[in-house]
Amino acid sequence: MSKRKPYVKPMTASWFLNNRFHTLYMLREGTSVFVGLYSLILLWGLAALVKGEAAWNGWLGHLQNPVYIVFHVIALVACLYHAITWFSLAPKAMHLQKGDQKLTDKPVVIVHYVAFVVASVVIIGVVALGGAA
Amino acid sequence: MSKHSKQYQRADEPIFWGLFGAGGVVAAFATPALILITGLLVPLGVLQLDYASVNAFASNWFGKLILIAVIAFPMWHACHRIYHAMHDLKVDVARGFFKVFWYGMAFVVTIAAGAYLIAI
Repeated sequence: MSKRKPYVKPMTASWFLNNRFHTLYMLREGTSVFVGLYSLILLWGLAALVKGEAAWNGWLGHLQNPVYIVFHVIALVACLYHAITWFSLAPKAMHLQKGDQKLTDKPVVIVHYVAFVVASVVIIGVVALGGAA
Repeated sequence: MSKHSKQYQRADEPIFWGLFGAGGVVAAFATPALILITGLLVPLGVLQLDYASVNAFASNWFGKLILIAVIAFPMWHACHRIYHAMHDLKVDVARGFFKVFWYGMAFVVTIAAGAYLIAI
């Protein structure tokens, strides 16, 4: 058994509030709660879809409840914040080279934003045009 | 014990990190538009998601792939982050239990979504 008693710097559970960078980090991690809850709401909708038309319309009816509207507004903001942080991290996660030079961050981030706009327009467009059928 | 007899175990982190990454991509590119549609535009009557159209979409393999991707991957992403955020919040009790709990939840959601889609 080791007899050493190393000094462990005390750290409170609110450590991330002392520094703006760490606060934003925890805020980013916190967006995942809304991402997860939204996945469960979609699964609930899929279960309703399997049950039939009445259950499907029941699910849509539940989502008209102001509590769900407020939840979805917050979830949308959280998800957009997640997207912004994800896009700004993208050039750090991928190493793209042009010749001997590493590509600068900016064009990689811009391509992500362009792809985001295209994806969003396509998804909303498909639903708006009823192209799902 | 000699150095060479040590048994190394492969870490499971790359699998969970891969699913987390896939979920992060879906949650960044697709989920905001989906929340806007199902959470706001449809409930407020701007767009419609009628049963027949959605059922038709979920009836072909392309639609099924899209639906499982937008339900399951973000769930893995969220559960991975929540599991690690527990440590950040200094909730370090029963790590083994919570690992099974969070990743298990994502696994159950994946299996449930797959089963529902097969049933359609």
